[in-house]
Amino acid sequence: MMRFIWPLAIFLALVGFLAVGLNLNPREVPSPLIDKPAPAFSLPVLHAPDQTLTQNDLKGQVWLLNVWASWCVSCRQEHPLLVELAQANVVPIYGLNYKDERNAGMQWLSDHGDPYTASIMDADGRTGIEYGVYGVPETFVIDKQGVIRHKHIGPITREALEGKLLPMVRELNAS
Amino acid sequence: MVPELGHFALIIALVIAIVLGTVPIVGAARGNAILMSVAKPAGQGFFVFMAMAYACLAWSFLADDFSVLNVASNSNSSLPMAYKFAASWGSHEGSLLLWTLMLSCWTLAVTAFSKHLPDDMVARVLGVMGLVGVGFLLFMLLTSNPFDRILPGAADGRDLNPLLQDPGMVIHPPMLYMGYVGFSVAFAFAIAALLGGRMDAAWARWSRPWTTVAWIFLTLGIAIGSWWAYYELGWGGWWFWDPVENASFLPWLVGTALIHSLAVTEKRGSFKSWTVLLAIAAFSLSLLGTFLVRSGVLTSVHAFATDPRRGVFILALLVIVIGSSLALFAWRAPKVGLGGSFGLLSKESLLLTNNVLLSVAAGSVLLGTLYPLFLDALGLGKISVGPPYFDSVFVPLMVPILFLMAVGPITRWKNQELRPLVRRLSAVLAAAVVLGVAAPFLADKLTPMMVLSMSLAFWVFLATAFGIVDRVRAANGKPGAIPMSYWGMQLAHAGVGVFVVGVAMVNGSQTTADLKMKVGDTANVAGFDYRFDGINEIDGPNYIAARGTLTVTKDGEPVTTLHPEKRIYRVQQMPMTEAAIDTHITHDLYVSLGEAVDQDTWIVRIFHKPFVVWIWGGCGLMALGGLLAAMDRRYRKLAARDAAAQSNAPTQAGGTASLRPAPGSQGA
Repeated sequence: MMRFIWPLAIFLALVGFLAVGLNLNPREVPSPLIDKPAPAFSLPVLHAPDQTLTQNDLKGQVWLLNVWASWCVSCRQEHPLLVELAQANVVPIYGLNYKDERNAGMQWLSDHGDPYTASIMDADGRTGIEYGVYGVPETFVIDKQGVIRHKHIGPITREALEGKLLPMVRELNAS
Repeated sequence: MVPELGHFALIIALVIAIVLGTVPIVGAARGNAILMSVAKPAGQGFFVFMAMAYACLAWSFLADDFSVLNVASNSNSSLPMAYKFAASWGSHEGSLLLWTLMLSCWTLAVTAFSKHLPDDMVARVLGVMGLVGVGFLLFMLLTSNPFDRILPGAADGRDLNPLLQDPGMVIHPPMLYMGYVGFSVAFAFAIAALLGGRMDAAWARWSRPWTTVAWIFLTLGIAIGSWWAYYELGWGGWWFWDPVENASFLPWLVGTALIHSLAVTEKRGSFKSWTVLLAIAAFSLSLLGTFLVRSGVLTSVHAFATDPRRGVFILALLVIVIGSSLALFAWRAPKVGLGGSFGLLSKESLLLTNNVLLSVAAGSVLLGTLYPLFLDALGLGKISVGPPYFDSVFVPLMVPILFLMAVGPITRWKNQELRPLVRRLSAVLAAAVVLGVAAPFLADKLTPMMVLSMSLAFWVFLATAFGIVDRVRAANGKPGAIPMSYWGMQLAHAGVGVFVVGVAMVNGSQTTADLKMKVGDTANVAGFDYRFDGINEIDGPNYIAARGTLTVTKDGEPVTTLHPEKRIYRVQQMPMTEAAIDTHITHDLYVSLGEAVDQDTWIVRIFHKPFVVWIWGGCGLMALGGLLAAMDRRYRKLAARDAAAQSNAPTQAGGTASLRPAPGSQGA
């Protein structure tokens, strides 16, 4: 008579998985760079192309690396939040101007506001590849030792900012 | 005012559904005729108030009431009327309301067409449907009310997703839902049978037409969805093994198995517990599909906006509905007898093989669909399962199904000698293989896959024709004497053959070209010359579009002019491609516009797709076959006889085991 119980047993096992699945986010793709040192770069600064910035210049502070471009439509969506965040002066935001033209990028910042402490130009997208960028915008949280602690894919929402990014920044600043 | 009326109608419908789900079932258990008699009026009332609720929602959409959140989020004042109506089921909330409305339609249909059924059966079937209704109404009222207001109202709506603004999308969801929800009738019959301990030939015969009709809707719904994807998404594919497509395909596979299993249960009294399990599984998989689309556990292009609270609610609903049915099955099924015995080679054994293969196919599709979830839940990493898995698992299972599908109808019940069968079919098989090699050879696409699929398709066609000739001869040359269900079965089987031809030809010999074309350029794709004559801007009701013109010629003779479009919908600022397709019975010419490179240069994608309409034509034939089978006079004639037998032997809750095979039992 056991065989008539099998369908129920299989179903209950399935329910267990579905229940666990409800608390997972299938869209969240983990980055292999989490808890790894931020890949090295040495790139010209957007507003002063004769100066270069490297990842070592930024050590000793918690900072955000925001990948953006003037051609990126969803960047406009998150931009007001970044401007607001910059005004609050909680964490320095560095921009990675990805596969963009310098003039278009500068024009875009003067149109929409410039939240960045500095933006660096990744015209050929090499550094983007090093960081595993597959869609713009993306935002990385990098700690005082220059280790990537979190990666946010897609436009930042207020929810993501207040629920995840800022608490993380605070925690890293405290340690 | 109207949305509040709709909300109120939903609450009344819930109250009626609670009555429908309890009183008649209690009445059936106690043999109380008065309590049982509540079932029919309650079922009709359930329908009336659901129809009223839906009318209120549709009115809110048609009248542009943007103070209703659902309308403001999914419609717009410039949306054409037909799409405003279709937008009423475009959202999660609206589609749930449609789902429940259809459940009430099926409930109404059962009240109307159950005059010949014993009272306790009707009471239980309607009661089970009422209980399902209670679950969905609670879900709607507690987590997803389609009539929620926003105050102050929005000035205009955010518009319907442009992907859904298409005639195919107007009919696809209602068809699909009719199919999904239609399996609730077979499910209710199965549960009623388990509750009443009555699982005989009559029970199977009552279930069959309902199951077949639900299956017809599901077949058409899936086919229309696939056709829509083909012409609307602009990449020329017709099936993507997306989790949500799989969610509709799973009940179809199990439903197909159920149709065949019910035939055995009716004709021979065998497979009874298996048939009940399939009936439960078909509806459970429909419910599971509902869960997958709305809970956000899987990534899919189809998913509704998700909300974990809804996910928890649907999961609870699944546990209650499916869990209790399977528990009931585990408790009652062991008491069901085994039915007639049969030989190693017989119609029963072939149908059993069909059932096993279809169930294994459903199981492997389910496994592939949920595998990413399993791994993620166990912390073993993130993966996605795509067409390579499904193709490599599914195709080997379909080969024996297609082979046996042609043998089954000419095999005898109970016991079939192997030798006469081989003698009769060997010439047919040889002819099928010869044609299966010749056709790809003439098309210059001689690959093993092509030969295998074409041989199987010809095998299905020839053996079906052979079976029909044989059958007509047995009926003394009078085709009119053969029951309609026989013609339906053979037509549906031929439809599968047509489908196989379409799939084999498209997969094996289509031509694709991604071209950069300047105005005036000509490209040759599969023997047709396409001249790009330019782009002009056009204004649609709620979009602007770049409309290309391509003149197609073959050997200098004009064939057609195609106008692919690239649309931008104004409200959502979403670009859409509208492919231009010239459809012929033997091939489709398919053109879609990509991006503009500069003023007069565009990326143009051109496909030559041989026999692609056969894919949907085959599905149409399957559905038509189902319709013929469901219309068989036998269901009405024998139903009258069952009713007469019932009135002689008044309601009994015990298991009656009348296992007489019905007359004319050749044609299952």
